[in-house]
This record gives sequence, structure tokens and C-alpha cells, in this order.
Amino acid sequence: MRFLLTDEQREFGRSLDALLTAADTPAVLRAWAAGDHGPGRALWGRLADAGVFALAVPEAYGGVGPLPVEAAVACVELGRHAVPGPVAETLAAGVLLAGAGGPVAEEWLPGIASGAAVVSLTLEGYGPYAPDADAADAVFTVTGDELRLAPGPGEPSASADPARRLFRPEPGGAPVAKGPAIRAAARAAGDTAAFATAALALGCGEELLRATVAYVKQRTQFGVPVGSFQAVKHRLADTLLGLEFARPLLYGAAVELASEVSRPGAGAGAGSAEGSSGAGAAVAAAKVAAGEAGYAAARTALQLHGAIGYTEELDLAWWLRRARPLRDVWGTPSACRARVLAG
Amino acid sequence: MDLEQTARTEALRTEARAWLREHVPARPLPSLETGEGFAAHREWEALLHSGRWSAVSWPEEYGGRGADLFGWLAFEEEYWAAGAPGRVSQNGVSLLAPTLLAHGTAAQRARVLGPMASGEVIWAQAWSEPEAGSDLAALRSRAVRTEGGWLLSGQKTWSSRAAFADRAFGIFRTDPGAAKPHQGLTYLMFGLRDPGVTVRPIGRLDGKPAFAEIFLDEVFVPDEDVIGEPGQGWRIAMSATGDERGLTLRSPGRFLAAAGRLRELWRRAGDPADTALRDRVAEAVIGARAYQLFTAASASRFAAGAALGPESSLNKVFWSRYDIELHETALDLLGPDAEVADTAWAEGYVFALAGPIYAGTNEIQRDIIAERLLGLPKGRR
Repeated sequence: MRFLLTDEQREFGRSLDALLTAADTPAVLRAWAAGDHGPGRALWGRLADAGVFALAVPEAYGGVGPLPVEAAVACVELGRHAVPGPVAETLAAGVLLAGAGGPVAEEWLPGIASGAAVVSLTLEGYGPYAPDADAADAVFTVTGDELRLAPGPGEPSASADPARRLFRPEPGGAPVAKGPAIRAAARAAGDTAAFATAALALGCGEELLRATVAYVKQRTQFGVPVGSFQAVKHRLADTLLGLEFARPLLYGAAVELASEVSRPGAGAGAGSAEGSSGAGAAVAAAKVAAGEAGYAAARTALQLHGAIGYTEELDLAWWLRRARPLRDVWGTPSACRARVLAG
Repeated sequence: MDLEQTARTEALRTEARAWLREHVPARPLPSLETGEGFAAHREWEALLHSGRWSAVSWPEEYGGRGADLFGWLAFEEEYWAAGAPGRVSQNGVSLLAPTLLAHGTAAQRARVLGPMASGEVIWAQAWSEPEAGSDLAALRSRAVRTEGGWLLSGQKTWSSRAAFADRAFGIFRTDPGAAKPHQGLTYLMFGLRDPGVTVRPIGRLDGKPAFAEIFLDEVFVPDEDVIGEPGQGWRIAMSATGDERGLTLRSPGRFLAAAGRLRELWRRAGDPADTALRDRVAEAVIGARAYQLFTAASASRFAAGAALGPESSLNKVFWSRYDIELHETALDLLGPDAEVADTAWAEGYVFALAGPIYAGTNEIQRDIIAERLLGLPKGRR
């Protein structure tokens, strides 16, 4: 057993961290929230060049995937830097379309892998919204055993996170694929979206904790750093605890997803039999743990920053407002817990 | 990154499973916190030892199997899944033995480990004192030099299992003039029935004498029962409590088994409409898996040559809180039967309540997490 990232995987994470640190994501987020997707799409292009979106696309379609461990490493970094856009949805689309196969896969998967295509989607059993559909090149919907390309993004609603915009895809659109393989592919895509969202939530929580630790070290009251007070320390210790025990669940799910890929006839996109996979329960466990830990980190960050944290003037707000949606999309905590008990 | 076990670990697991299936008592033993139960658990230790299962991680020459951390974790999973009895020898096997293997002499190891492994000698720990709990370095019990050894005087307390145990180990002040409180301390072993020793059992919340006070009045300890150099007791003890907090005190196998039993209880007694309770059962299942995987990551780092550092404080806070929540969930599932004492769940609950207090309170652990892992400044406690 070696339940550790390899040096290469760690280096991959570090290189994404460096790329994103240099990218000034708060400026990208502000533009994205104002409806200017240009800087965001440019950043996506750089992430695609670094190999991020190819991780969910099979080699036959120009990708290198599926590589769940590397995908988790990447999504933690994207979450840490609050990269805008439908990251989880685009990775899930890679799995969905690979499972569907045929012309729709050939048309869209190479673009997903290269970063040319940003994709949003909705799947049965999850929420009705395709996030950031206005910024996407395609919006897919799955109903029953039918995969459709939505004719348009639909009407927007604002999200609690101003750097997300919610769309109910326009109904209709021609089915682009149909059959039992679509059901299986949609299930695998839902697991992928939940898995990626768990990683985004973990990264979001890690950044909230880092920023808050830095703040309480330099903020003084009563003549000492507020971080020297036990009430503050213990809250931060509990926040770290939540994140540190969510991380192994995320990578445990990655290992299970990877072993499903390597088992012939099973798992991601292979269009196999009915019934829930072992990886599905592992993903659900990771999703609820990372979602709750990320959200707890947001509550801690808000409280320990005091009034300045309750403003949109601090860049921290981008992370604070994102933690709750990440906790709830692609499987609410309650839905995930039910899934864990279902086995 | 993988979770594959080696063939050696799997072979150990298979052998343990078969042996346990054959030997685990069909009916649970009486509580090990009673005289009758203690004796029954001591016999169980002897049986375990006869199969070479009482200390799998020790070297073979001392009755172990030389299992690495992964082997030990696999054994523990099998042990608790089989519903095997609690380990009355745990203080010795998981605290004193690693200390002896790291800091003891060959003669000490030869003399102490065999009877420990067979349950012939059960060990209690003697750390806390009335005025030295979380602030352990404030301890006052002293050992004064005499010919061929030391004379112990003072008082130890909260000594788990000391009411029925045979011997104890702990640290004592040998140099009262040392510059700092944690200097001038010495780690040594003594007999609980030696002349000058008085043991007063203390009933815990449910009345069972799970721990005791130990009064010491010029108790003679020969030099051969000093572990390491005199004056080095703090460093040696901290390496032992590091192990305790880290990986060996509460194995994931214990909680995986408990979560499995809770899940069974939910299937049998749970109201499917009670989603709040269902969520807590799911959290117990998730928490056990999280702890198992967290430990797998720690063990992997350890195997790769890293030391187990302050992250062991994360581990301790996690399992102690988890254990209480799991038992509270079980009691809620039992409804009116939760009040019935002496059931396995009720006993487990009382045991779990002590978790956030012993082995370094969770408040101290959170200070360690905040200061050593997050780099926050020290402040008043």
C-alpha cells in the first residue's frame, strides 16, 4: 500500500498552483461576474494546456483519461484559486460523452480535452441548473436514456456566488444519443461531477483556512495577535481537522474510480450493468465530507475576519460565497449520506 | 497511489480471521473494568498469546510476528470485526513495549515483554498526579537515589486498570533542582503490590473501578527497572505518548467494526422516515472510512520514512469525538432501551466519554494543532 501522491502528482499540483497564483483569479472572477468571460476563457485555455481537461477524456478522443487521482489534484488547485466556470460540469461531460460514444463524442471530446470547448450540463436526479451555460459552448441534458444538446442556455438566475450564473436549459433539442449506455454514462458523469465538486470544495476550504490563519496572526487586539487566543485557535484547529479528514476520502474515492476504470466492463463510461457502483458510495462520502469541511472553513473564515469578512471588498468574499453552493450541488449532504448507506 | 495490501499482509489477515473465528468467545466476557472481567480478559490474553496474536507488531523473538504497520492495521480490522474482547494488556503492549523496544536494554526486553505478551503481567500507566494533569511536567512524585536503585514517594492518579493490574510505569522527579519542569525526570517501572504501594480504586461514572490512585511511600525500584538514562524521562515518555496519540491507541478496525454494528442496528431498529438519525448513522460509516484512510495515509508516510509528528493530535481529536457521536447515535436508535446499563452500547458509551480527556485532553490537542500545524502564536492556556 502506498496511499500517497507520487512526486509527479504533487509536482502537477504545484505547477497548477503556480500558474493560478500568477493568474490573479480575483480579477478574472470580477470580470466573469460582470459577464465578461474573456479572461476566464483565456485562463481555461492555459489550464487545458497544462492538461487539466484532458484528464476526463479518453485517449481515443484526444485526452489522457480518465485519471481520477490527477483530476482530484487539479480540482483541489482550481478550488484553492476559485477558478470560475463549469469545471465539474465540463469534466463530467467528458465522462458522459465518452460513455455515449458515436458522433457526439467525436464532435465534442477533443475540444473538451484541448480547452476549446466549455460545457455545462444537467443530469436527472440532480439540480435543474446548468451553471454558466451562457459561457459554455454546449449544454447537454440527460432525461431517461436520452442525451440531448439543449437548443439554448435558457433563462438565467443569479447564484449566491456572483461568479456563477444558473440556467434552466431550454427544453427540447434533438436527441444526440439514446439507449441503456446513456443511463450508465449519466450515472458515471454524476459521480464525476460530485467527485470534482468535492475536490473544488476541499481546495476552497484550504484557501479559506490559509487566509484566515494569516489574518489572525497579523490582526492585533488587546495588544496581541487574535490568533493567540484559545477560542480562535481551537476553531481553526477544528477547521483543519475537517479538511484533513475529508482529503483521504477524496483520494480514496479517486482510487476506487481508477480501479473501476481498469476493470473491464465496469465503471466510468463503459456503459455497463444497472445498479450502483462501489465508487458511487465512496464519491458520496467524499462529497459530503469535503462539502461540509469547506463550508465550515467559510463559517470560520467569516467569523474570525470579523466585520471586514462580511464585505465584498475583501477578495475573500469570492471563496466565502462559493463554499455553500459547492457543498450543495451534485449531491446535497443529505442525498450523499443516503447514498453511502445504500452501499 | 493505491490501497493494495501486500501478499504478506493478506496472508496475515487470512490467518488471523481463521484463528479468531475458532477462538473468539461466543458470549461476550464480563466487563474488563470488574475483577471477574479482568481475570477473564487476562485468560483471553493468554489464549491470544498461544496463537501468537497478542502483539503482532513485536519482533518474533518476543512472541510477536514482526508485522509492519499495515499488517497490524489489518490484524486490528479482523480482530474487532470478529467481536473479540477488549485488550486488557493494551497499556503495556502499545505504550510500554514500544518504549522498551526503543529505549530499553536487551535485559529489560527479555524480562518484561514475554510475561506482558502472555497476560501474566498486566501493566498500568502512572502519569497523572493530582496537581499534574494536562500540565504533566508539573508532576511532583519523586524518586530519591538509594543504594542500587531509587525510592519512590508521592501520588499518581487516574491510572487506568491499576485496580487489578500487576505493575506500572511512569515518570518521576529525580532532580528537583533541574532548571525546567520537564528536566530531571526519570522513566521507571514498579510493582503495584511492592512494599510501600497503596492502590485505591476509583469508580468511574458507572461505578466500575476502571482506574485508581496509587500512593507511594519509599517504594524501592532497582536500577534495572529504570528505562533509559535518569533525567531523560520526559523525552522518552513523549515518544511513547506520541505513539499513543498517533496510530496505535485506537485502530481504525475498532471503529469500522462499531460502525458496521451501528449500521446493522439501524437496519433492524431504525425508522426510515427519521432522516436526521439516518444521516448520523451515515456520518458514522463515513467517519470510520475517513479514519481508516487517514491512517492509511499516515502509515504510508511512516513507511516512506517520515516521522509521525503533531498530526497525531488531529487523529486523537477525531477518534475521541467520533467514538462519542457513534455511541450517542446507537443510544438514540435504542430508544427506551438506551437507559439499560451493562449492554455493549451502554458500556461503550461510558468508555467513549473519557476519550476527549485521556491521552492529552482535546483542548491540549487543539493547542498543539493550532501552534504546531497552523503556526499560530503561543498564548495563555
